[in-house]
Amino acid sequence: MKEIWIIARRELNSFFNSLMAYILLIAFLGFSGFFTWISGADVFMVGQTNMQSFFGIAYWTLFFFIPGITMGLLSEETRSGTIELLLTKPVSDWQVIFGKFLSTLVLICIALAFTLPYYITIATLGPLDHGSVWTGYLGLILMSASYIAVGLFASSLSKNQIVAFLIALLIGIFFHIIFGVLAGNFTGALGGLFTYLNLSTHFESISRGVIDTKDLIYFFSLIALPLILAEMMLTKRRF
Amino acid sequence: MDIIVENLTKIYGTQRAVDNISFKVHTGEVLGFLGPNGAGKTTTMKAITSYLIPNKGDIHVGEFSVLDQPEEVKKRIGYLPENNPLYNDMPVIDYLRFVAQIQGIDKSRITGRILEMVKICGLEGEKHKRIGELSKGYRQRVGLAQALIHDPEVLILDEPTAGLDPNQIAEIRDLIRTIGREKTVLLSSHILAEVEATCDRILIINKGKIVADGTPENLRKKAQGQEMLKLTIEDAGKNEITAALQKISTIDWVNPVSGHDDRFEIQSRPNVSSRRAVFDICVKNHWTLTEMVVVETKLEDIFHELTMN
Repeated sequence: MKEIWIIARRELNSFFNSLMAYILLIAFLGFSGFFTWISGADVFMVGQTNMQSFFGIAYWTLFFFIPGITMGLLSEETRSGTIELLLTKPVSDWQVIFGKFLSTLVLICIALAFTLPYYITIATLGPLDHGSVWTGYLGLILMSASYIAVGLFASSLSKNQIVAFLIALLIGIFFHIIFGVLAGNFTGALGGLFTYLNLSTHFESISRGVIDTKDLIYFFSLIALPLILAEMMLTKRRF
Repeated sequence: MDIIVENLTKIYGTQRAVDNISFKVHTGEVLGFLGPNGAGKTTTMKAITSYLIPNKGDIHVGEFSVLDQPEEVKKRIGYLPENNPLYNDMPVIDYLRFVAQIQGIDKSRITGRILEMVKICGLEGEKHKRIGELSKGYRQRVGLAQALIHDPEVLILDEPTAGLDPNQIAEIRDLIRTIGREKTVLLSSHILAEVEATCDRILIINKGKIVADGTPENLRKKAQGQEMLKLTIEDAGKNEITAALQKISTIDWVNPVSGHDDRFEIQSRPNVSSRRAVFDICVKNHWTLTEMVVVETKLEDIFHELTMN
């Protein structure tokens, strides 16, 4: 456990040293702030005291930003050879994977923490369903964790960061859009399957305040499976 | 702590990078790993550090097997990989702290160890720079510092002096020799002089197989067989001296060096030396012996002979 945190902290430091973290924070807060308060289906236009407009925009911005953060996690280490240095230290492949996963998750949580003033502001405007705000944040964190896992897996596939970014985006787009579209086009068992695979189905139900085991199982599978695959890719190198 | 390699085989696709090799390295020994490019040196080292998993065979570091307890093995090894990969965006001191933490060094000792490494490896002036800004020689020192920071019992160094200037090479060699007195050191190189200067034992490997194993002296003796001498004898004619030398019973053949009247090359018969006899004959004839040099078979020749077929 200690090793995981040491790896995660090194990764976080490197995000903050390379401006990556600041760019992410500024862009994320800029986008979400702009669309939550100023333009589009913003709070004032909707005229309801809830955070749905923020969750809607964060749902999209995180989808694009996360692959950009995760793309270098393993590919850069493979390209520069530092992965060899890391894996010959007394850590297991799993600890490396978890450490890197955790580092990005912490970064996303920091970004989300900066949006808490939105929550406070909206809460002062009128009656607010506090429970659904917290489950909304939970939904965003679960979604982010899923895409971080996918991004980490993509990063384990290629030495090239851009390739890793595109693979992550390609896999992500299936869960984000395509399964949803397919679900609308099919009926019966197939339609049900695509509805289940569609990430927004689960995100929406959680962000409305309903925490269903079905949704939790979905997210935890979408986190675990790519991480297992990433670990396999890391181990494969040794044979 | 000994390293025991047993029947190690590593196959990449169809190529046998390492083919059933076995050897031991004992505590307090510096073993030099020599071989042409692609001979399997790096692969063997990676297998010992448990970065690669062998197709066949096993490696023990002390009592721990790389197959069963890789974590225990890794704790005891300090490793400097080939090309010395490092996190370029980290300052030297942060990087050493990271390695110290991940090696599980006790919190209270970390700062002390880092400062000690900075001192030993001569990084005092560079410790706050980012690794990416360092010259190659300093990068190599950082690589050594991270390998040594947890005071490992086994050191594995893949081409430790690559890219260093002659002064730095001398320093690193001294450092390795000092460390090697108490620890087990395995280093690879294709600079023969380096291996000869730093190692107690040499292992020559070619196409994944061990082709020679022994101390530098032993290897040289084995390859040499017969004594070769270079002579310069003055105050007499070329033919006269040649004739006299040929009469000495221990001398196999005499070769007057063309273009010089007073220079000769002689080879003794196996297992005998002609040096006394040459001196005596010069004294008897009142010739002046101004040069007598034993020609040593160079390690280069052995290396060449063993790895070129």
